[in-house]
Amino acid sequence: MTRAALLVLADGRFPAGGHAHSGGAEQAVAAGRITDAAGLAAYCRGRLHTAGLTSAALAAAACAGADPLRLDEAADARTPSPALRATARRLGRQLLRAARAAWPAAELDALAGARPRGVHQPVILGVAARAAGLGPADASYAAVYEAVSGPATATVRLLGLDPFEATAVLARLAPELDDVAARATTAGVRAAAGGRTDVDVLPAAGAPLLDIAAEEHAVRTARLFAS
Amino acid sequence: MARGVTDAAAAPTAEVRPPDGTRATGGVRAHARITAAPDARGGTALPELAGDGPIALRRVRAGAGEARVCLVGAMAGPLGGDRVRLDVRVEPGAALRVTSAAATLALPGTAGGPARYDVSLAVGDGAELHWLPEPLVSVRGSRLHVTYRIDLAPAARLVFREEQVLGRTGEPPGRLVSRLTVCSGGRPLLDQATDYGPGAPAWDGPAVLADNRATGQLLVAAPGFAATPAKPHVLATAQAALTPLPGPAALTTAVAPDALRLRTLLDEARTHTTAAYEAR
Amino acid sequence: MHLDHSETTAPQHHTSGAPARRVLGPPAPAGRATRRRALRVGLGGPVGSGKTATVAALCRLLHDELSLAVVTNDIYTREDAEFLLREAVLPPERITAVETGACPHTAIRDDISANVEAVEELEAAVGPLDVVLVESGGDNLTATFSRGLADAQLFVIDVAGGDDIPRKGGPGVTTADLLVVNKTDLAPYVGSDLARMARDARAQRGGKPVVFTSLAQEGGVRPVADWLRERVASWRAA
Repeated sequence: MTRAALLVLADGRFPAGGHAHSGGAEQAVAAGRITDAAGLAAYCRGRLHTAGLTSAALAAAACAGADPLRLDEAADARTPSPALRATARRLGRQLLRAARAAWPAAELDALAGARPRGVHQPVILGVAARAAGLGPADASYAAVYEAVSGPATATVRLLGLDPFEATAVLARLAPELDDVAARATTAGVRAAAGGRTDVDVLPAAGAPLLDIAAEEHAVRTARLFAS
Repeated sequence: MARGVTDAAAAPTAEVRPPDGTRATGGVRAHARITAAPDARGGTALPELAGDGPIALRRVRAGAGEARVCLVGAMAGPLGGDRVRLDVRVEPGAALRVTSAAATLALPGTAGGPARYDVSLAVGDGAELHWLPEPLVSVRGSRLHVTYRIDLAPAARLVFREEQVLGRTGEPPGRLVSRLTVCSGGRPLLDQATDYGPGAPAWDGPAVLADNRATGQLLVAAPGFAATPAKPHVLATAQAALTPLPGPAALTTAVAPDALRLRTLLDEARTHTTAAYEAR
Repeated sequence: MHLDHSETTAPQHHTSGAPARRVLGPPAPAGRATRRRALRVGLGGPVGSGKTATVAALCRLLHDELSLAVVTNDIYTREDAEFLLREAVLPPERITAVETGACPHTAIRDDISANVEAVEELEAAVGPLDVVLVESGGDNLTATFSRGLADAQLFVIDVAGGDDIPRKGGPGVTTADLLVVNKTDLAPYVGSDLARMARDARAQRGGKPVVFTSLAQEGGVRPVADWLRERVASWRAA
């Protein structure tokens, strides 16, 4: 195993489509809920403890060997917004493409064959981490970081927010990223324990405004980001 | 009068409590049950209607083919430390409507530890359940964990409304942790957990509730959605969206400044799902 | 089902050398035959130079002769895709749009995953295609298509944008397989020196072709279409 693979997987420039997604920040900016660095920090915290936790646990469980197709069902149930389900599957396909080039593995090929329309991105993230020789904790970290880095990057572009301030927001969130990643890892490993897949032990944390805003964003006629 | 005020009369089956309305350490343990089954005349009977602890159950006048039960406040609750459980079964072919007489208040208790309120709803094939209680109000200083576990047979019908009001008017809320897990035909349909109030991370931030202090969901499941899935629909900007779930159901998620506006949004959501619900 | 972790059975996606690029590239979606895929042609260029007009004109002229589809990379809206739909240059199922997160060049160069998905979805949805035109969002002179996305690319500039653009060069002008200088009919009005533009373009581009045209005029797209036909012929022959 090489820990450095985590840097490749979690790199914002990893060509898996993340750059075109704001993690809901575009709609939150449009609605006036994020106007500055403090708003970005509050938004990122909210996303981290809800969608971020849920995604990270799915990724950890997938990396720990839980059945990815059952995890995909569990991810569907945890994503009431059809716009976000479509986004998750689209990003899943894009990540799968990049991961298969980076870390060829039969498991990734099998997923592509089993679900040509895509699997939720956090599940692919977990299987990709596994193919890269990483562990469940690494998969969790990649997921929680993604939950906050997407909105931060997008807000820099949308609000002209000072990129140093946006990066400082992420840096200050680091201890909470640790906490959430640790909880997600514990849950994910538990969900995969004993060769079973127990999706009920996976967190299902959601946030009403993320779901409502995702539906509003999906029908906007003018937007920079895909989600 | 709201259910759950602390000076309510002692409940018949509750454990012994001091006269000031607080409870013995450890809180109440209660397990109430409702079973609805078809009767011989095309209606619905209630072979089991067992209130317990803070949950008193009253049969109210039935509608056409439908049994109706009202949850009435028999005592204070849920208080800290209480563990209250309600199991509802609607047998295949039966129809049940559950309402409540008033809002339920989650109140602080002396027992320490959060109160738990676990609701299990099982709806059989060809059966119908309307679950339409009044809101749950999270009162300052209270701590409540509420879970709903809903198992739907493939041809079950459900209208499920859940409303949470965070704090009484002008007051901060208590801590309200909830999880709603729904399976349809054994497959996961919806799994949503929320955590609101002091100590919950970022609950009042721009990703979760912002300034809203009322939040709720209307889940409508019916076989009709399999043929005609609900169309995603923003009912009110930054307040409510109706969405098709990955199964024969539609969910409306709503946030609002207060309980009244929340109810208006969820009532509107219901009109959008009536046709699919009633399709036979 | 449970997918076992195994690296020993992993197929090799990457093969070096030219032939590999004509089969469905890495990673080939499972279950799909490795038949020849469509020629993917990227169209880049600054905002307003005439990329969408080129796409529309090519589709109108060639839709009977080639099986075509279009991916647009709109910057802010879905206007380009909607323009093409409104103009009915192709049936709607042959036109799709990709969002670019405020960075159109990223979507065609650094992270092409959304565009490659879009191209493959079109091929899967409407059957064998001869050409997929991938239109970039209007960007600057440095924007070029990744070779992982486009087999050939053309760059559209216009005389009204200044006759010094060919001289300034930049990756778009210098490396594109075809440089299209559009709106030549406006040259007298904006004081652009076409001869100078042609000279500069030749100097910047070596032997690579340049087309001077006005796409708004009857037959204006013909030289571009001729170039595209040649590319398709050599793609088929290779």
